[in-house]
Order: sequence, then C-alpha cells, then structure tokens
Amino acid sequence: MTSVPMIAQTAGAGAARAAARRRRVHPGVANRRPGVVTYVVLGLVLLLSVAPLYYAFLLASTDAGTIARNPIPSLIPDTQLFANIGRVLGSDIRFWEALGNSLVISGVTALSVVAFSTLAGFSFAKLRFRGRGPLLVFVIATMAVPSQLGIVPLFIVMAKLDWVGQLQAVIVPGMVTAFGVFWMTQYLEEALPYELVEAARVDGCSMIRTFWHVAMPAARPAAAMLALFTFVGSWTNFFWPFIVLGSTNPTLPVAVQLLQASYFKDYSLIMAGVLAATAPLVVVFAVAGRQLVSGIMQGAVKG
Amino acid sequence: MAATTVEPPRTPVREPERVPRRVGFSQTLGRLDVKLSPYLYISPFFLLFAVVGLFPLAYTAWVSVHDWHLLGGQGDFVGIQNYVDVVQQPRFLTALRNTFSIFLLSSVPQVIAAILIAAVLDANLRARTFWRMGVLLPYVVAPVAVSLIFSKVFADGAGVINEMLGLVGVDPVRWHADTLASHVAISSMVNFRWTGYNALIFLAAMQAIPRDLYEAAVIDGASRVRQFFSVTVPMLRPTIIFIVITATIGGLQIFDEPRMFDQFGLGGADRQWMTVTMYLYELGWGAQKSFGRAAAVAWILFLIIVAIGVVNFALSRRISSTGPSKGGRR
Repeated sequence: MTSVPMIAQTAGAGAARAAARRRRVHPGVANRRPGVVTYVVLGLVLLLSVAPLYYAFLLASTDAGTIARNPIPSLIPDTQLFANIGRVLGSDIRFWEALGNSLVISGVTALSVVAFSTLAGFSFAKLRFRGRGPLLVFVIATMAVPSQLGIVPLFIVMAKLDWVGQLQAVIVPGMVTAFGVFWMTQYLEEALPYELVEAARVDGCSMIRTFWHVAMPAARPAAAMLALFTFVGSWTNFFWPFIVLGSTNPTLPVAVQLLQASYFKDYSLIMAGVLAATAPLVVVFAVAGRQLVSGIMQGAVKG
Repeated sequence: MAATTVEPPRTPVREPERVPRRVGFSQTLGRLDVKLSPYLYISPFFLLFAVVGLFPLAYTAWVSVHDWHLLGGQGDFVGIQNYVDVVQQPRFLTALRNTFSIFLLSSVPQVIAAILIAAVLDANLRARTFWRMGVLLPYVVAPVAVSLIFSKVFADGAGVINEMLGLVGVDPVRWHADTLASHVAISSMVNFRWTGYNALIFLAAMQAIPRDLYEAAVIDGASRVRQFFSVTVPMLRPTIIFIVITATIGGLQIFDEPRMFDQFGLGGADRQWMTVTMYLYELGWGAQKSFGRAAAVAWILFLIIVAIGVVNFALSRRISSTGPSKGGRR
C-alpha cells in the first residue's frame, strides 16, 4: 500500500486524509461499504435499545385509564407528560431531595475517584519504589473481590459511626476504586514520557508539584472518561444506598422504586418517575456518549 | 492480560541521593520526598480497601458465627449454627437455583448477541459513532428504572409482550408466576442493559485482530461465515473469558432487577425469582433481622464466587496456553 505522506504529496491533503482513514479502518483489506442488510440489522438493534425507553415515555404521557384500555400503547404520545411529572414532583417520594443527593454523591465520588486514582496511577506508572509490581497486582486482584458481600459488617460500621441515613455512608466507601487506579496507571504508562518527569525533577519540582504540573495535564483525557464512568456507575447504583440511606434520605433510584410500592398500578406516574430519574443521565449521554464509547473501547470495564 | 502491562520502567528516575554533594536539610527533605511519595500516593486505595473491602469480608466471618441482631447487636457465639440454619432452609436452595438460572440466562445469550452485534458494527459503516452510541444507550438507564419498565412490559395481564403474543394466537405467558418465565424476564433486563456495552468491548477486540489473518483465510477460500468462526471467534477468546469472569462476579450478586420485578420485592409468592442477595437482605433487614444468618449467606456466596473464579482462571490459562493468547482490548 502506498504510504500516506506520499499520497499527500502527489494527490493533495484531502486524498491523504481519506487514505489514512481507510487504512485505520481496515488496513490491507478492500474498503467496501456494507450493504443494506447490515443497516437493517443495526436498525433493529437500535430499536431494541430505544424501545423500552420510548415505551416508558408513552405511558408517562397518558393516564392510568388509557393504559388499562390499551395495553399496547398508541405510538403517538399523549399530552399528559408534564402533568404526570408534576405529580411525581408533588408526591411524597422527595424527588428534589433525591435529585440533589444523587448529584452530590455522584459528583463527589467522581471527583474523588479521579483525584486519588490519578495520584496512584502516576505513582505506579512513573515512580520507582520497592514492591511496586506486587502491589499493582494486588490492586488488580481486588477487582475480583465481590465487595457487595461485605455489606453486613459495613452496615454495622456505619451504624457505629452514626452515618446510617447520611450521604457520606455512600460516598466514602466509593472514594477510590481498583479499576480507577488500574485505568490511570495503564494510561499514564503510555501517555506520560519519563523525560517529562525527569525534566520536572531536574528543574527542582517536588514530587507533588511534578504530579500537579506534569502528570495531571497528561492524564486529562483518561481522567475525564474515568469521571464519566464513575458518575454513571454511582448514579445508577441501588443496593448500598437503598440499605444505608433508605427512604428517609434517598438517592434517585431509591426514591423512584418507592413509586412502585406506594402507587401500585398507576403506571403513568411510575413511568414519569422513571423518566425524570433517567433524563439527567440521558442528557449526559447525549453530550458525552462519544467519550463513553471510546472509553469502553480503550479498555474500560464494568466498575 | 492485565498483569502483562506491568513492566519495570525502562529509564528509571535518577534519585538525587546518587549526587555526591553535601547533604543539607532541604536535600534530606528531598530524599524523603522521593522515598515516601510513591507510597503516600497509592495509600488512599489501600487504606480504603482495607476498611471497606477486606475488613468487612473478614468481619462477615466473625458475625456469621454469632447470634447477631440488626438492632440488638452481637449475641452469643453459636459456631456454625447460622450456616446450618441457612443451608437447611429450602428457600436458600431456591435462591441459589434462581441465581444460577438467571445468571446463565443473562450471560450466555448476552455474550453471543454481543459478539454478533460487534461483528455487524465492525463493518465500514456510515455514521459509525451514531450506531455505537445507539447500542450503548441502555447502559445509562439505572437497573431500577429498567426493572420498573420491564416489569410492566412483562406484566401477566395487559402486558405488551402478552398482548403481542395474543395477536399471533399464543397463550399469555405467566411471567410473574412461572419460575422459568420470570427468570427469562429478569434476564432480559440484564441483557438489555449490558449487551451493547459488551458489544463495544468485543468490537475493540475485533479491530485488534491482525488483518492478514483474514487475508490468509480469504486466500484459503474461506467464506465470510467461515472467517467469523475460524478467525474472529478464536481470536476473541481472551476477551470472552474476561467478560465471563466479570459477568460471574456481578451476576451472582444480582439484586436490583429481581427486587423490582413486582411491588413486594420478595421474589414472588413462592420465592420463584428470589436471588441469594435478596435472601441475604431478607434475613438481615427483613422480619428476622438476623445479621448472623445474613453474614453466613454472604460467606457462602463469597466462597462460591471465589471457587468459580478459580475454575475460570484455571480454564482460561489452559485455553490461552493451547489457543492463540494474543488479543486484548485496545
């Protein structure tokens, strides 16, 4: 295959860009566009991933009577959406409080995971110290520990600290994750040249200044992705907040599940709650979904 | 695959102690900085893991051999009585069966579907990012929300699925009464949320497969289908193992989806979809308020997960030593 710089010289920059793109996609294989069948299959997959949400939207925009009469809803949304969302906001599930709690918990957790993981990642990737290898292996091994099974003692500890029902009971256990440390270590190993660290050291930077002025800027893309994944994970988390916070000081998932218990069969209300709780993350997804996709493809795992 | 990325630095940072000059206070400080900082920076993880990871697991064992009440606290030492009580409960065995059944129904079809979707996404598509984001959308919907939507979709009477089955003349399925049907419904929630996510992981792995393997296959006269089964799938093996292991750890602890499948959250009239974690919750925070028994259940499940993990690990080592070990998710 002709090299890209040569194409740039002979056929112009545009052709070179196109050639580079082709090479990136399928180097060495004919660059064939797929047929209609492929798009039909993808369309069906897309339909499956959107349909449940659209179904929730349809139910949320109508009323219980209509839902009872037509189990298969009309594909055109009714007009009751805002009325139903209003009923959710006015119900006794403390929606606003839950939204605030979810924002605080997810935001603080994401920030703290990024800060501590980047610090540890910098140390593992670029500093030399005794026991580095085994310690990193240990970090990775802890990812396989089903820590959800420690909830009984964790609850006992939280009760001793008088933290039951308080946000720090959810925030503190999640402040730094093995996955975060591993992710930043991997990234910094490649993205941060030793020369930069050495140069900063020679210029008389202390370790922490080297971290702040050299490692942090280099880590930014991976840190943003880590923040995103942590935020989503923390926002959708249910089990531990449900146990330790309960309905007195709920997060959004904890509040929304109360709708099912107290407004059983009022599906337009339940679905309006589901939508209201999901909407913030869908907005995040619309803005940053591209980063989530590339994060997963670069090796993010379920965290 | 993870451990291979941990390599010693090729050009190590020179430590100032090698410079033979007079040692002033600031230099002593500098040397301490170099010696201690690395440990200081990694310490938050280890401290937190010790407090909220390791200690609770060890303490679970302690609680599990005591009579322990949610509010009353620690009682008498009872030895293995809690374990005996739990194992003799038919509900525990039901919960174990349900957990494995839901796990299998959600992991096997999910991995197959994810590989197929990844193969379609691997084509040279127009609007690539759009399709990739499309399959990932369910990931941002909280399990609780997914579960509330799907429990209506799978409603026994007047549910969408049953109505549609009725249109083609199939009798309604008793999603909330039949054991297997309820497991299928709950698994579909898990599959909805994670299939696209795993498809993207597989897609990344597929793109890392050297293209000359396909060229060789084409020269040997392999069809597209043959290429998929003889090149793509074998090269994805490390990724499949990785996804199966993470799915095992998460899937055997499943709680959110079955808990929300009806408004009572107990796993059905006959506990036909109660999972082990739901049983743990019921023991500890339900009517019994017995932390001792809940801890015993936690330890049993922990040992099961560890055992499966060890088997997985042994299997994957054998597979990767006989098959192509290259691949990875980059």
